[in-house]
Order: sequence, then structure tokens, then C-alpha cells
Amino acid sequence: MYQYDAYDRALVFERVAQFRDQVERFIAGDLSEEEFLPLRLQNGLYLQKHAYMLRVAIPYGTLSAEQMRTLASIARDYDRGYGHFTTRQNLQFNWIELHQVPDILERLAQVDMHAIQTSGNCVRNITTEAFAGVAADELLDPRPLAEILRQWSTINPEFLFLPRKFKIAICSAREDRAAIMMHDIGLYLYRDDQGEMLLRVMVGGGLGRTPILGLQIREGLPWRHLLSYVEAVLRVYNRHGRRDNKYKARIKILVKALGIDAFSQEVEEEWQYLRDGPAQLTDAEYARVASAFVPPAYASLSDTSLAYGTELADNPGFARWVSRNVMPHKVAGYASVVLSTKPGISAPPGDVSAPQMEAVAEWAERFGFGEIRIAHEQNIVLPDVPKEHLHAVWRLACEHGLGAANIGLLTDIIACPGGDFCALANAKSIPIAQAIQQRFDNLDYLHDLGDISLNISGCINACGHHHIGNIGILGVDKNGSEWYQITLGGAQGKHSSLGKVIGPSFSAAEIPDVIERVISTFVRYRESEERFVDTVQRIGLEPFKEQVYAEQPA
Amino acid sequence: MNNLLKLEQGQARLVADDPWVLVRDEVPEGAALILPLASYAPGHGVWLGPDDEVELLQPWLATLPLIALDFPSFRDGRAYSQAYLLRTRMGWRGELRAIGDVLRDQLSHMRQCGFDAFAVRADKSAEDALKGLAGMSVQYGRSVIEPRPLFRRR
Repeated sequence: MYQYDAYDRALVFERVAQFRDQVERFIAGDLSEEEFLPLRLQNGLYLQKHAYMLRVAIPYGTLSAEQMRTLASIARDYDRGYGHFTTRQNLQFNWIELHQVPDILERLAQVDMHAIQTSGNCVRNITTEAFAGVAADELLDPRPLAEILRQWSTINPEFLFLPRKFKIAICSAREDRAAIMMHDIGLYLYRDDQGEMLLRVMVGGGLGRTPILGLQIREGLPWRHLLSYVEAVLRVYNRHGRRDNKYKARIKILVKALGIDAFSQEVEEEWQYLRDGPAQLTDAEYARVASAFVPPAYASLSDTSLAYGTELADNPGFARWVSRNVMPHKVAGYASVVLSTKPGISAPPGDVSAPQMEAVAEWAERFGFGEIRIAHEQNIVLPDVPKEHLHAVWRLACEHGLGAANIGLLTDIIACPGGDFCALANAKSIPIAQAIQQRFDNLDYLHDLGDISLNISGCINACGHHHIGNIGILGVDKNGSEWYQITLGGAQGKHSSLGKVIGPSFSAAEIPDVIERVISTFVRYRESEERFVDTVQRIGLEPFKEQVYAEQPA
Repeated sequence: MNNLLKLEQGQARLVADDPWVLVRDEVPEGAALILPLASYAPGHGVWLGPDDEVELLQPWLATLPLIALDFPSFRDGRAYSQAYLLRTRMGWRGELRAIGDVLRDQLSHMRQCGFDAFAVRADKSAEDALKGLAGMSVQYGRSVIEPRPLFRRR
């Protein structure tokens, strides 16, 4: 992974000192709440219902065992012993004292971490998929350009007070596991016939109140122009994006208002001034950054392991876990393991305790090369595990509550922290997730149902990405009480689509029954091994509506 | 006094004898006015709001004594892009003054985008704000005052 040099290190430490001073001035009353707000947000600090929340950046979801241990130590020393992994591959601490934040940030800086621009109206954490560098279907490694973008967007003085937040993601595999289409800028990286790295640039995707999938603005952009092109998009947005209404301030609204052709023309005109200038990337810089992502020293292993094969044959529980939680690796004899943070009633989706973090760090070192990834589905990935060790990893994961064999299944729920923590939420998310997980606790049945994504957001800000869940649940406020609206048919990836609302909303108590009726409709109409989302697309919403809203026998 | 900080040859100083009068609404008589774009008159300075297109100033650049850019709120970042365009694309070399909600914690960003004068908000101490001008020693990207990104310098 990327190794900080003296520049990177100086920046994070100077930033801690700067924020320490700002916190002191705020506490002393020299900075008003209004003046302090964007300063703390750009250092990852929110004020939630009960306490401050600190969102720590995990650039493109990659962290070392040592960094994971540091997160565990912060959870223990400054929080209530756990942290929450988010859909943007970051980590949130929910119970933070303001005066301790500079010390926490300093501890992070000591292991080359920070919380810079994890919030605020600026460019946020650059994301990619959790299997970057190891996925069997990867075309090339997205991480060097992700890191180059991370650096360029960090404290870029012109773009710290944009109309609204700005999210960039990059994907370079056949499958899109980085939700590119729902980012302000989404980048598909690929090679042409001559082997040159090119970018397909999507712009104006986003969820929230007005969910829109990104539109293509540029095809075949040579990688050297990445920074100048993104700069052109940001300058057009900074100058012309709406600032009168925060719900209409994202770039998607500007793109929609101008139309993609006119917007694209504005960007191209701006870009003509920038291209071939000093922002043009150099081979030397690419090589410098890419050298940090060279593949580790993989052993030459046989793709088949006798011990592994025997365990698979003898142990159905293990085989079931392998079928869902183990992903193909580009190197023979290795696999990537997904550790589920969705055990059901024992912990909310994405929550991981300090002892679990320490255990994961230890496994990353013992079985891999000391590296860990966070998936945007809020799960943890061990990217490099020899197949012969999969059984041992599974045993340990089960002992530590991270062994649920449910990746991609109905209970692998993506959920925001919701009304239990968040000041913006209309409704709680976690109890809804847990009630569904409790209702569907039969693993055999879940495996038979196959791939179903279920996403829950506690409000229209859509942190749980409910629009792109096959089943989406949105918390809404009706006369001061909590209700839930259901959407069906959402999907992420290269065939992204936005779910459609099935009808009037439900109370929290009704939700498990409603989901059960949705699932039973799917089972009735499913053809052979069809995926849920394909059934919805084939038969439409009507059969689901009929079943869900039918008079139920008393 | 205009609560003004100025950069001269890279050195920041408090300016006690700034002659300029910022005119927001009515147009008083006098010399050294900073006038809104709509009522611009030759010989005076001009200030632009964030909705104003900087390109409109092109014909006057040779004779303008001063350009000010307004921050109606410090959270409105449009003047950063306006400053960038004036300095790098339009070649403005004269005084570029930040006016409005100009606060210590944004001064280094303004400086990096090409501002060289800062009329700190009247209720704040300009002397205290001076501490915000330097900012951090490392800048990854490029800016008006350092057009080479760090990757061309490291």
C-alpha cells in the first residue's frame, strides 16, 4: 500500500496542529459555532444526537494491520470500544469528546492516517472496490490513480468551499463493485489496444433526495489528463453550481439543468486551458506511486489444495461460507475473504469491536501480507489468503463473530446509523435491519434465495444507498412518527438502476412481514436459479404490490 | 481603517493608511472608491460579487487600479475560482483584495488562489488573522502562487 514520505507526513501533522488550535479557539469562544462548523467538518467531525462523531478516512478502503490496531486503540481509549464502517469505506467513531479530537487525530497521524475532508462541501474520500489489485476480473490496478487523486484533492485551496460535497470513485474491473454510477465523478479505467490507460468519465450521479445515475461526459481520456480534467469539472461546478438550496446543490442538478451536452461543452472549454499544462501527470509520478502497489511476494502455490478440498467436502458449514464469502484471486492458490459485519442481532451492520479489529489485524499478518480492505458494503476483506488457510480463517472468524456466511444475501444488509445516532435521520435503521435479520435466520433458505441486496436509509440523504438496493427501505417522518417506504428493483454495478416505490409506507413493526411477502412473491414467480433483481425486472412491481398490500387473513 | 492585511514581496503586513472606500450601495463622491461592477467608473477600483463573470473585466484590466472579490459568506467558494481566473488566465497583476466575510481560517486558501490583500471582517482582529495567512508547508495540488503540483517538485 501507499507509503507516506516526509511531505505526506508533514501535511497530516501540520493539519493536526492547525485543528488543535481551531478547537482551542472554539472552546475559548473566539470562533463562533458557524465559523467552526466547516472547519470541524473538513476534519471529519460531526455533531450527532448524543455526541460528536469522528469519521476517519480509509483511502480507497485500504489499511494496514498496524492502522487497524490504532483504530482499535482509539475505540478503546476514546470511544465505547467499537467503530462503524461506512458505505464510503471510512470508519466512524460515535461517542467522541471534542477536546480529545486533536489527540485522536495525532494518534492517527502517527500511523499515516487522517480525517481530512471526510465531510464538508469538498472532495471526499476517493473510493474504489475492496478487491483492487487482487480481483480475478481486474483489468488493471485502480489504486495508483486513486492515490494520485487523493493527494491532489487534499486541501486543494480553490475547491474547499464547493456548493456541496463531491464524491469520486474509480473502477477498473469487468464488474463494477465501486458503485461508479452514483458518484459526482465516476471513472472507469481501462486499456486500449495499444496498452494505454484510458478513462471513461461519468458525471452527475448521486443518491439523496434526487437520485440520478451518472452520465458519460468523456470517453478515452488518456490517464495523464486525469487531474486537469477533474479540475475542469470542479471549476465549472464551483462557479455555476447552485448555492441557494442545499438540496439542489450537488453537481447532478447542474448537469440536469444544463443538459449533459451543454455541461460537457463547458467542461471541454475549460479543459482546453488546462490540458498539457503542469497538472499533466508524468510517468515518473505514476511510477513513484505505483511502486507502492506492486504485488506482494506471493508464493507459488497449486490452485488446488488437498486439505482445502477435504475440508470443503467434509464440512457443509465451511463449504457454504466459501460459496458466499470467498472471492476468486488473480494469483493461483490464493483467495480473498470477506468477513461479514452483519451477524444479525448481536451487532448492527458495519459495527466492529476493538477486539475484533485486533483479531482481524492479526489474521491479516498471519495469513496474508498485513493488508486489510473495507468494502463499500461495510464488510472487511482479507485480500490475500492461501486457500489452504481458508478453513483456519473461517474457524477464527466464526469464533469472533465475523464468520456469517451471508455475503450478498438478504441479511448482508447495508444500513446507515439511522435515528439511533444521526441528527438528520427521520427514522431508525438498525432495529429494522436486525428485525429482518432475525426473521430470516435460516441460512439454508437464505442461500436458496441467492443474491439479494437490501439497503436501509434512515432519511432521504440516502447514506444507506436504499435507491440501489434490490430491496430499498427508506425511513420517513409522518406526523412525528417513524414510517418506512419500500422500493424494489434497484441495482448497482454496470447495470445500475434505481428502485421504484411500491406504495404507501409501513410502520416498523410491519416491516419483517412486508419483506417476507416480497420474498414469497419472488419465490412464487422465480424461474430456476433466477436472481431476485432479474425476477423483479421480468415481472414488474405489480405482483409484489398485490401480495404486499393484499388483505391479510386475521 | 479597513482592517486590511497586504502581501508585499511575500511579506504580510497590517495596513493602517489604506485609502480605499468600499461602496456597496449608494455612490458617494470622492476618490479611491471600490465600486460595484454595475456602477463602475474609470479611475476607481471595482468589486465583483460571486455571481459576476470575471471575464467582463477584460477590457479594463490595463487601467484598473484595484479589483476586489466579495465573500458574502466565507462558505461561498466562488471567489476562489474567480481569483484563479483573474490571475492565471486574464493576467491580472494588480491588487486583488478579498472583501466581505474574510476570516483568519480561510486566508491561506485565499492567498494560494492569488489574493494579495485581505480586508478582514470588521469585528475580527486583523492582527490575529495574520496568523492564518501562512497555512501549511505542504500543498499537494497546484495553486496560483505555486503552479507546479507537488509531484513536479518532490
